[in-house]
Amino acid sequence: MSQERDRATDRLARMLGLVSMGLGVAQVAAPGAVSRLGGVDGSPRARALMPLAGARELLHAALLLGGRRPADRVWTRVAGDAMDLAALGRAVSGTQGDRRRRVMAATAVVLAVTALDVYTAARAARRRSRPGSPEVEQVARRGMNLHAAVTVNRPRREVYRRWRDVENLPGFMAHLESVSTTADGRSHWRARGPAGTAVTWNAKVVEDRPDELISWKSAGGVVGVTGSVRFADAPGGRGTEIHVDLSYRLPTGRAGLLLARLTGEHPEQQVRDDLRRFKQVMETGEVVRSEGSPEGTRALRQARQRPARPVPPVRSSVRASVRSAH
Amino acid sequence: MKAACWMGRNTVEVHEVPDPRILNARDAVVRITSTAICGSDLHLYDGYVPTMKKGDILGHEFMGEVVEVGPQVSTLKVGDRVVVPFPIACGNCGSCANGMYSVCENSNPNAGMAEKLMGHSPSGIFGYSHMLGGYPGGQAQYARVPFADVGPIKIEDDLPDEKVLFLSDILPTGWMGAEMCDIKPGDTIAVWGAGPVGQFAVASAYLMGAERVIAIDRFPYRLRKAAQAGAQTLDYEEVNVLEALREMTAGRGPDACIDAVGMEAHHPVAAVHAYDRTRQAARMETERPHALREAIMACRNGGTVSVVGVYGGLLDKFPMGALMNRSLTLKAGQCHVQRYTRPLLERIRNGDIDPSFVISHRMRLEDAPRGYEMFKNKQDECNKIVLSAV
Repeated sequence: MSQERDRATDRLARMLGLVSMGLGVAQVAAPGAVSRLGGVDGSPRARALMPLAGARELLHAALLLGGRRPADRVWTRVAGDAMDLAALGRAVSGTQGDRRRRVMAATAVVLAVTALDVYTAARAARRRSRPGSPEVEQVARRGMNLHAAVTVNRPRREVYRRWRDVENLPGFMAHLESVSTTADGRSHWRARGPAGTAVTWNAKVVEDRPDELISWKSAGGVVGVTGSVRFADAPGGRGTEIHVDLSYRLPTGRAGLLLARLTGEHPEQQVRDDLRRFKQVMETGEVVRSEGSPEGTRALRQARQRPARPVPPVRSSVRASVRSAH
Repeated sequence: MKAACWMGRNTVEVHEVPDPRILNARDAVVRITSTAICGSDLHLYDGYVPTMKKGDILGHEFMGEVVEVGPQVSTLKVGDRVVVPFPIACGNCGSCANGMYSVCENSNPNAGMAEKLMGHSPSGIFGYSHMLGGYPGGQAQYARVPFADVGPIKIEDDLPDEKVLFLSDILPTGWMGAEMCDIKPGDTIAVWGAGPVGQFAVASAYLMGAERVIAIDRFPYRLRKAAQAGAQTLDYEEVNVLEALREMTAGRGPDACIDAVGMEAHHPVAAVHAYDRTRQAARMETERPHALREAIMACRNGGTVSVVGVYGGLLDKFPMGALMNRSLTLKAGQCHVQRYTRPLLERIRNGDIDPSFVISHRMRLEDAPRGYEMFKNKQDECNKIVLSAV
């Protein structure tokens, strides 16, 4: 029932998107005609600004017609309505006679559409705050869940063992600096945080089923992580399937997540790249490097590649270890 | 060392760059003796392959002498003479284990980029964009060769460079184009594009027992080369290809069609060419797939269309109805070169094929910029340029 209602809200939002599109096209293509209709044709400034207002309408249209849940973006139209009403308010005081009547009529239309926009935006807001909605779940977790999987062409036992020794993990997890273990089964993790900071936490293994599953939980530290990795035989002798599930609680919360996405360090991509490197290590012996990204796969490096030409020797920290005698 | 670098659309410059060094334990460094400009390099030159970066070293067809090996390489030693396959392949992953070297799962450090465009990532390729690894190419004096224990093939006798260089790409690529046609006695094979790959596809199809091979192009000198390899030829600017093929096969259509053209095809009707050229320029499609469209339309019912021409992304007006309703089979792929180097070297040795017939120009590495321009504009009957790096 409420799903039906949600869909109705989105349909309403899409309809408003079409209204924006129609108005936007008219304002851009025939600014003079729209100015006359709205009674602002006496003001050269209003006529000059008309195509800009049209461009704004087209932006609303793109936002509303381009998304899967357009109702969540109707507030942009409400903001636009406020701008339009402010402009019309100024026009009312500056016009007379027939022009003034046209301004009043335009204002009435905009007010009616504003009411519809506010109504739709309010319905979308109610939807967001309802228990069970994705947004509410997100807030409840105050973090995020990640899942990634890879198939490695090696026997399950070997794959499990490599992962079980957590001190191996920084070898393929780009953000980990080090992991050290203590005798009581706890481990101390140290990772690179944003802007050169270091993040540390302790973790302990909660469950360990040889060749099948390892799950762990963090204890103390600002980063909250619970995770598990499952190992299963891939069908038909294809090696081992690895499924990783991670729940994060970041010190920076959702803002940090958004920032990470914008800078190309999307956590989901990081986990996938980590698994890809794990596969490289298991199958080929080490992380595969190219001159465009000498430190191996990493989302940020992929966005900011060096040119594909040999790197000068000064930056050879990675290579020194494997360089053979000339 | 000197290297031919991509400096933007239609610009190649020879620069002095640092010498390559070992980065991974299974690397080797090769001092390059001969390298070639490939038709697919022109897609980079023309700016149609995304994720190129100014300064990238070009080239994926090269051979030379091993000068350094990483600690994990036991199959090669300093001084060995090798030809290097263009796809970089680890030899250990599921794809390599199945002989699908050009879709190696480990050799592309930038797999995430390729996944965004193609769903999954193919292998890394020398000098062929950052989406395919960000590896420097072989139009240089030296190159680092990853997984040197898998790809490079040793040349132990005195065959000259010119006879074995093309084992790196175009000979196996033409061969695989013909192999994908699953040729049976009596088959007629049509090949779109009579450039070097098309010329090798013609020769390969005959070696595989084709009754007749028809080559389609618009440059007479290229059609002449294909004819030397035994093909009947069609100039698509002179004849209607579909009608001609129908006539030549008594209405059946060719049993299999090979697209050795790829993303920058040319169309004899100016308006059609302009349509795709415009959409490509506006980045609304990355391909101008005239040859592929025509190959699908021409192929006999139940036949096979084999694609070895390079495509980059998305295309438009694809005749899916013909493909589906007429039970056609579409096969495609970057060549799994490592699979073919040994048997083809054997065929070169025993004289079945002498690949050097495609060469039209020999230049020095320093002349690469002029070579690219000549090759692109088909000046001086340019068919294949070999650059000497020594």
